[in-house]
Amino acid sequence: MSDYRLAPDKPINVAEILDDLEHYRPRRRGWTWRKPVEDLHMGPFEYHDCTEPLKKSVPLPPAHYFGNIDPQPSPVITTEIASGRFEDDIRRMRMAAHHGADHIMVIRTAGQSHFDGLIEGTPQGMGGVPITRKQVRAQRKALDMIEDEVGRPINYHSYVSGVAGPDIAVMFAEEGVNGVHQDPQYNVIYRNINMIRSFVDACESKKLIAWAGMAQIDGAHNANATAREAWKVMPELMVQHAINAIFSARVGVPKSNICLSTVPPTATPAPCVYMDLPYAVALRDLFHEYRMRAQMNTKYIESSTREATVTHVLNMVISKLTSADIQSTITPDEGRNVPWHIYNIEACDTAKQTLVGLDGLMEMVELKKDGYLRDKARELKERAVLFMEEMLELGGYFAAVEEGFFVDSGIYPERNGDGIVRKMNGGIGAGTVFKREADYMAPVTAHYGYNNVEQYGGDPSNPSALIGGCTLECPDKIVYIDELDDVDNVNVRMSETADFTPGSKKIRPEMEWLADGTVMLTMFFPAPKQIAEAAALECARRMNLAECEVISREVMHPVDGTRIEVKGKVPFEIDVDSLVIPKEPDVLSDDVIRKDIKRRPMKIVAATVGEDEHSVGLREIIDIKHGGIEKYGMEVVYLGTSCPPEKLVAAAVEVNADAIMASTIISHDDIHYKNIAKIDQIAREMGIRDKIIFVAGGTQVTPELARKAGADEGFGRGTHGVHNATFLIKKRWEMEKEGRM
Amino acid sequence: MKRQDDYKVRRQSVAGLTDEQLEQRFWELANKLVDPLLQMGVEYTSPAIERSVLLRMGFSSIEAKAIVDGCIERSLIGHGAGNVVYRLAKSAGMEIRDAGLALVEGRLWDDAENLFKGGEDR
Repeated sequence: MSDYRLAPDKPINVAEILDDLEHYRPRRRGWTWRKPVEDLHMGPFEYHDCTEPLKKSVPLPPAHYFGNIDPQPSPVITTEIASGRFEDDIRRMRMAAHHGADHIMVIRTAGQSHFDGLIEGTPQGMGGVPITRKQVRAQRKALDMIEDEVGRPINYHSYVSGVAGPDIAVMFAEEGVNGVHQDPQYNVIYRNINMIRSFVDACESKKLIAWAGMAQIDGAHNANATAREAWKVMPELMVQHAINAIFSARVGVPKSNICLSTVPPTATPAPCVYMDLPYAVALRDLFHEYRMRAQMNTKYIESSTREATVTHVLNMVISKLTSADIQSTITPDEGRNVPWHIYNIEACDTAKQTLVGLDGLMEMVELKKDGYLRDKARELKERAVLFMEEMLELGGYFAAVEEGFFVDSGIYPERNGDGIVRKMNGGIGAGTVFKREADYMAPVTAHYGYNNVEQYGGDPSNPSALIGGCTLECPDKIVYIDELDDVDNVNVRMSETADFTPGSKKIRPEMEWLADGTVMLTMFFPAPKQIAEAAALECARRMNLAECEVISREVMHPVDGTRIEVKGKVPFEIDVDSLVIPKEPDVLSDDVIRKDIKRRPMKIVAATVGEDEHSVGLREIIDIKHGGIEKYGMEVVYLGTSCPPEKLVAAAVEVNADAIMASTIISHDDIHYKNIAKIDQIAREMGIRDKIIFVAGGTQVTPELARKAGADEGFGRGTHGVHNATFLIKKRWEMEKEGRM
Repeated sequence: MKRQDDYKVRRQSVAGLTDEQLEQRFWELANKLVDPLLQMGVEYTSPAIERSVLLRMGFSSIEAKAIVDGCIERSLIGHGAGNVVYRLAKSAGMEIRDAGLALVEGRLWDDAENLFKGGEDR
């Protein structure tokens, strides 16, 4: 076995992951939930619904104000990663795990449902990846290392559906996959796979799911995404959930591993919480023994990532007001393209931010016990019961499907006659189930129905003993196939992009695949949509981008303005060695700074200048409680916000300051640099410029430009007190040497 | 089929139920709906199920497919593809894997067929 391990300061080495896969064995089976922590204190806060923190992670952007804490909410957080190239997805998985995902769901390539058998090797996928033993093994192996790095088990997940469900279920059980989608109704309704075949196969698949301790997610949310008016299928959704849930439980899957894939059915501009909450309550009432996987609404997703994000936050309000054991995250770019890296990460952050923000909510509010909420919930339950009564009257599940009962856009018992109709003898795989003979026998573990090994003297409680154990007990019996296609495989793809392997000398922008060169541009044009789109494409072309495409357009006003987002590919590569990389700011130790202030005190006047009310950044730099420069004994005269440059310089003269510190956040029309220049000029006019140190900072300040505008130094985003203090001390040493101080 | 929303009429059958009774009714109906589906799983098998058995017996996906296709062709599938391989191995004194590979190569099918003819007892 390879002894490769992740290093925190090195890109993940996919070639190492792929090495010696033949001998890789999964370290565990089964699903892992997060561990709640009571009275969790992190930074200055106490949390009420959070779980064990991570060893290593990337916290939310403002976390640096609070000691970089990264609280982890209670639901398992899902991210769906499947760009078509599983090798590139491995890097994305590491990023997602660091942003709080502990459920990595891999979408299958288009058409895999209809592939009658396992796909082997590593062909490239479309809209997902071909799920194969090699691909699963590589990703599970990578996740073993990633979970060690972040310090929390990561659940790996894909789909047990289509005409090869049992084949895939065996492979998943063997390879340590932790969660699956399995719902025969999905095959029937959305994949037009024969219904008898689907249910017979599902028995075997679910038996394997139960054996491997996997969490199972159903497919009911698809009804919501398919129905014309999604909110009208609420009674049907409960029926679909019930059929898969009780079917699975009776095959042997523990109810605590059976998860309902539930979506708040509506989205704005509908009054969605008012409509979705009673449904969520009804569902949780009826299915209290089961788990909730809260999926997000994709039915109405458009190309605006902002709009999608708000919908998803509203969805999580429902999760919080009711319950969610697994919180899904739909990437906000799903309405435009196969999700990009950055949007997977955004979606994980959206979930973490929202759920942490709502921490402890239910200690303060509770849902009303009567009135509209409960009445509506009751009505939905009754409609679901009536739905099932009529199904039984018709002759059962198959008869109901033949009657087009499902995905009808009427709210049951209303019927619109537009449901999806499937026939018992129709669909893919029709006529492919066979009656088991009296001597039918299967000498393996986790087989549904009777194994019938007694006819050979076998032990019915341990049927695979007949053959000395099956692959589930003896993984060495698994036959590993590496590649079947000489051209369409990961080795060929990786050799084509070898120059760009992360950490090497060449680099290109990337959205989904290594070195894909894809960039996105946001533009505004004071013009109607059609002109704006054409102009945006022309801009992109003149910027030498290839394969340009408008991916989002939003009307600001029908004629006065349109916002456009364009994607394209850069035709060049960048040599990393040719880049001029600004040095990391050098910092003096706290002791050296304190000693020098003791030797000679320093007085600083500070303010946010111009018409600018931002105070947080400057307070961070100054305040002792944020680790600011006061802690070194520097004396700061703080003049507050919106301070005119004249007043700042005048105050410096009045208190005989050693330094002026200006914060300038607002940057439109370059007002920040103009203010810097103004302070420099006034100080010169007042004759103090060569005797005083002048520093300026702000989120949009670039050191070079600040110096050009007249400051001695500029400080941008990410600056801390110690950076300022270091500069002030060093500058004073320099000025003392020159005899200016 | 098209139908107006007659919920108010239909609900008479459930209107009198308490919430607990309604929940009970819900699961009773769900159980009734899946009873025949679960029974079907006991009585029938499929190519995917038989391939999954062979995978667990230590055959590759490609080998499993070839064996199952052969079993369907010769109407042996109802006995279980694993059974066909097992009985052939025992009868020919072969390792299970070798017996399966012989079938993959198109050999010993006649022997396999004979083993399941006329309901010989074991």
